[in-house]
Amino acid sequence: MIPVWVQVVYLVAAVCFILALKGLSSPKTARRGNLIGAAGALVATAVVFFERPLGNIVPILIAVGLGAVLGAVGARRVQMTQMPQLVALFNGVGGGAAAIVAVAELHGFDREPAPSAVTTTAAAFTVVVGAVSFAGSLVTFAKLQGLMTTRPVVFPGLPVLFAATILTAIAAIVIAAVDPGLIPAIALAVLGLLAGVLLVLPVGGADVPIVISLLNAFTGLTVAAGGYVLGNVLLLIAGTLVGASGTLLTVMMARGMGRSVTSTLFGALRGGSTLG
Amino acid sequence: MNDAVVWLTILVLSIFVGLEVISKVSSTLHTPLMSGTNAIHGIILIGAISVAGTADSAPVLVLGLVATVLAAVNLVGGFVVTDRMLKMFTARRKAPPKR
Repeated sequence: MIPVWVQVVYLVAAVCFILALKGLSSPKTARRGNLIGAAGALVATAVVFFERPLGNIVPILIAVGLGAVLGAVGARRVQMTQMPQLVALFNGVGGGAAAIVAVAELHGFDREPAPSAVTTTAAAFTVVVGAVSFAGSLVTFAKLQGLMTTRPVVFPGLPVLFAATILTAIAAIVIAAVDPGLIPAIALAVLGLLAGVLLVLPVGGADVPIVISLLNAFTGLTVAAGGYVLGNVLLLIAGTLVGASGTLLTVMMARGMGRSVTSTLFGALRGGSTLG
Repeated sequence: MNDAVVWLTILVLSIFVGLEVISKVSSTLHTPLMSGTNAIHGIILIGAISVAGTADSAPVLVLGLVATVLAAVNLVGGFVVTDRMLKMFTARRKAPPKR
């Protein structure tokens, strides 16, 4: 049972995230909003150590410190023109983190007394969509960084392969939900990685920001599902906020560029023109 | 109230809050807002810490620690890069070009 005071601090952090989004919507309050969000994240990270008795404290603190330094140095050093691909990279590692957490949970489920089907389904969903977000974001990063062509990459059979991957992933979610374990979890991750690559390859360079925003919303959804699996209300709220606002933002960005989200994703597959 | 229903209630209310709270964003702020929401989902860090802290085998510990590093990159880097974007943004607004 999570101590009540910890749950109250989580609630405070959730309110900080809502205020952060509200602040970020207006030029006058945007910077303050971002800082409020960071403050919420800081207090939440501090109190997680009091949620339940945790072991391995020293390696955890080293891992947090390492990640914080890498993130902060990357964010400070990057040139202004490279910021979009850095955001894509940050989104990808976030999705990867959520997927790994869910893999660990699916691995644990085969020993614990039977978790509910909803929980195992949520964990399987988190693995797949987190992996989609991770792989998709890495491809967008490669496109923006000039590591690969920014033109849409389409090959014969790509739509069929993509559809087959999605259907197999859905079937694998059902299998993993019924019989969780490490091997189904790894299969889910591989299918998610493949789907992520196939999703982003046909997207042309000018449309990449819209796809980053969509993958950002995906990561939000995985964090929300991960929150349900871990029994953490803050993760559910924060992930859902990002999933909902990220989806709306994606639609607004596409509209602002005179595009629709579906033509962005699937335009090249239909043989229509996609801005290169 | 049923536990699952409590979670469903929180989920549905959060969706509405998430949609409502950014519905009036100005188009100039689309990119910083995306970057800010990107930072917020880095809070999966607390999930990664829980997994690493309660790991009962070496593989799970390694998974938890890798997730912790990745999530910390997302969380800290996300807020720092958003702040940098917004700093540029406000600097540009304060010094409008003379015409």
